[in-house]
Amino acid sequence: MDQSISYSLKIGGQAGQGVKSAGLVFSKIAVRSGYNIFNYVEYPSLIKGGHNVIQTIFSEDVVNSPVQSVNFLIALDLATIKIHQPELVNQAGIVYEEEANYDLGDLSTKTRLFPIPLKKIAKESGAPEIASNYVAMGATVSLLGAEFALLKDLIAEDLAGKDISLIEANQKAAETGFNYAEEKFAFGFEHILQKRDVVSPKMVINGNEAIAFAAISAGLQFASIYPMSPVSNVMHVLAANQRKYGYIFKQAEDEISAINMSIGASFAGARSMTSTSGGGFCLMTEGYGLAGMTETPLVIIEGMRAGPATGMPTWSEQGDLRFILHSHQGEFPRIVLAAGDPKEAFYLTQEAFNLADKYQTPVVVITDKNICDSEQSYEDFDYSNYRIDRGQTTTVIDSEYKRYQITQSGVSPRSFPGFGNHFIGNSDEHTEFGYDTETISDRNAQMEKRLKKLDLCAKEDMAAPEIFGPADADITLVSWGSTKGGVLEALKRHPNVNYVHVKWLSPFPVGPLKEILERAKYLIAVEASSTSQLAGLIREKTGVDILDKLLKNDGRPFFPEEISDRITSVLTSK
Amino acid sequence: MTTLQDLATPITPNFCPGCGNFGIWAAFKNAAVKAGWDNHNTVFTAGIGCHGHMVNFVKLTSFEGLHGRAIPVASGMKFANHALNVFVFTGDGDCLGEGGNHFIHACRRNHNITILLHNNSIYGLTTGQTSPATYKGQKTKSTPDGNPDEPFLVSHLAVAAGATFVARGFTGDIAGLTDLMIAANNHQGLSVVEILQPCVTFNKECSPSFYMENTYKLPEDYDPENKALALAKAIEWGPKQIPLGIIYRQNRPVAESEFPQIAENTLISKEASVRDISELFTKQH
Repeated sequence: MDQSISYSLKIGGQAGQGVKSAGLVFSKIAVRSGYNIFNYVEYPSLIKGGHNVIQTIFSEDVVNSPVQSVNFLIALDLATIKIHQPELVNQAGIVYEEEANYDLGDLSTKTRLFPIPLKKIAKESGAPEIASNYVAMGATVSLLGAEFALLKDLIAEDLAGKDISLIEANQKAAETGFNYAEEKFAFGFEHILQKRDVVSPKMVINGNEAIAFAAISAGLQFASIYPMSPVSNVMHVLAANQRKYGYIFKQAEDEISAINMSIGASFAGARSMTSTSGGGFCLMTEGYGLAGMTETPLVIIEGMRAGPATGMPTWSEQGDLRFILHSHQGEFPRIVLAAGDPKEAFYLTQEAFNLADKYQTPVVVITDKNICDSEQSYEDFDYSNYRIDRGQTTTVIDSEYKRYQITQSGVSPRSFPGFGNHFIGNSDEHTEFGYDTETISDRNAQMEKRLKKLDLCAKEDMAAPEIFGPADADITLVSWGSTKGGVLEALKRHPNVNYVHVKWLSPFPVGPLKEILERAKYLIAVEASSTSQLAGLIREKTGVDILDKLLKNDGRPFFPEEISDRITSVLTSK
Repeated sequence: MTTLQDLATPITPNFCPGCGNFGIWAAFKNAAVKAGWDNHNTVFTAGIGCHGHMVNFVKLTSFEGLHGRAIPVASGMKFANHALNVFVFTGDGDCLGEGGNHFIHACRRNHNITILLHNNSIYGLTTGQTSPATYKGQKTKSTPDGNPDEPFLVSHLAVAAGATFVARGFTGDIAGLTDLMIAANNHQGLSVVEILQPCVTFNKECSPSFYMENTYKLPEDYDPENKALALAKAIEWGPKQIPLGIIYRQNRPVAESEFPQIAENTLISKEASVRDISELFTKQH
């Protein structure tokens, strides 16, 4: 296998057919065989029925995004074949239910068909019908030349906690599927998933999991969250692990309560967070400014989906950038960071907790559906250098303690209720002690104090944008968030193109970014938004107007093919 | 020990002369002195409305948040440090209008906090619009032809929503209100003290004399642990027919007790520290 080659396998079926779990199992087989993976899921906002699909791209090289083409399709229903037929490469493999007698037209000439009596094998193995997915997986493992033992282990792990006879029946179903393919279709497909000589253990982890893990590792003490696609999995991970690690997760009655509970816990001294998507953040905007005004540290995760209103709940968009940067009335220091993949989400979330405490203001970490739900393979994240910074606090009892003391940095030491000091956390404009005030001098002093924290943050903590690819390039792509993945894949095909990845959105790295952009020969902004919000922000902050834009807003990720096509057309027209 | 002097702030109350808030202010300070509430053991939150100004007049650590949101802030505080007495000051508009959802869910969950609900049946701070507790037919600035809506009966709503301590007091009876506040805080669970409070400026119907004439104290032999009776009493409202006192009381595990991670110590008693999550990583392999 050529190191740079990647293969794409899709598993499709109805919701409730075990598509997602089969995909996860497959991706772990690939990782345990020594490959890197990227998992991309598409699913409607439904529990049963509808069309679900998971795509695993695997390669010896790092994989950063989904691709449009499919090399191997596992179809648990006919719809899967019909919907994904246009994506199939020539001589792609298709595993499907033999007994259904699908009319597949001329597919047998363009592809390699592997009909298997999936349901029958599942039934004869004593497993429920849903185990058809493992029968198909067994056959696939055979066809791609992977080790069956890996699948057997993973079935046991996937069904851990279930009755042992059920686990064994599923394993038997998978094994029968494997043997069936071995006998009937030996070497019917290239053995592209043979175990590599050296296999290093890697995680298969998505953005939501990475964020929850980051919070736990960073000393999270309190989280209150209301469910919302595509970020609910953050709460699931936090809920499942709270007793073990000692923090509290509480589901609130709505997002307004979620953010206010987190603010209350933070005010009382707990390292706190909440998490939501755009619609939930709409409700949280009130609390966002409350945290800013009362100078209460808080980490907010905003996993964007396609809006406005209910929009497309399980699809992606980068449409909330301006909303997050400006939401809530008035002016206060908003620290806003954006992750481009699960690994960045992990480290930015850890950092967000320190920034929130250091600057005593809310910090938003933006992700989107393509990060939230997409797994990538990574070695365990190394955070041995991470130190917790709770910022300035005081436990000294002082009858003249001023919670909002005017200081050079704008940061004043926090005290906590119950420690003996009297103070007021106040959403009204306040004096240094926290009492209501409307005087010109108090107002000016407190506004200046709050806003200067952002200047300090820009000076002490803000990172410059990252550049991928050569320093001197014919084309410079500019983007943020999950678009990074598709861009990096496209860059593999264009050695003369580089990419500027913006992670800090507020404060904004004006100087370094301006320098990079002014040096660039040709700029293209790539954004999953109809109004190119990042390009607008860049123009506002740096004066650089990026004229060429590659935009989409159909809920789907940027595929490397589309980006590569644009690069090629620019290069040929130059 | 707490003295009245300890509770004094440099700020003079700005309530209208004759406002019921003076009675609530006095009762709360008296209760703090009697029960020993101080900055080592007590915190309170407030919403927005005339009641919210209370943060300026009582020298106990407090958090004045947003309109309607005092309850979730208090719930978060209690999770973080359940050793604290946590009070919520709120009003009928704040708590039942903007914050109605939080109120019913907090009752249902039984956080161990005490809600002091200033009920003047009007929006006072915004100069006299109808509130969720304004009587049907009453003329206000926003209902010049008479309020078309039925009001909530606060105590009835609280019992129905699952609060485990519900009492009604009156600002004209500072001693009685003081005792109710202390009893409410002593109760393990979500306590609501509905405080009938005249707004002398904007609600002429609920005048001090109206409450003086029409309230009565629940008799000694009243059984607050009988929920059916409590619901009947809480719905009682009319001439000479407004009961005061502890309407309902029930023992039920508090929200905080559902978390074994804080069974021994408060959440914040252990400093936030970097956690080893290698086990979580390994599960993803």
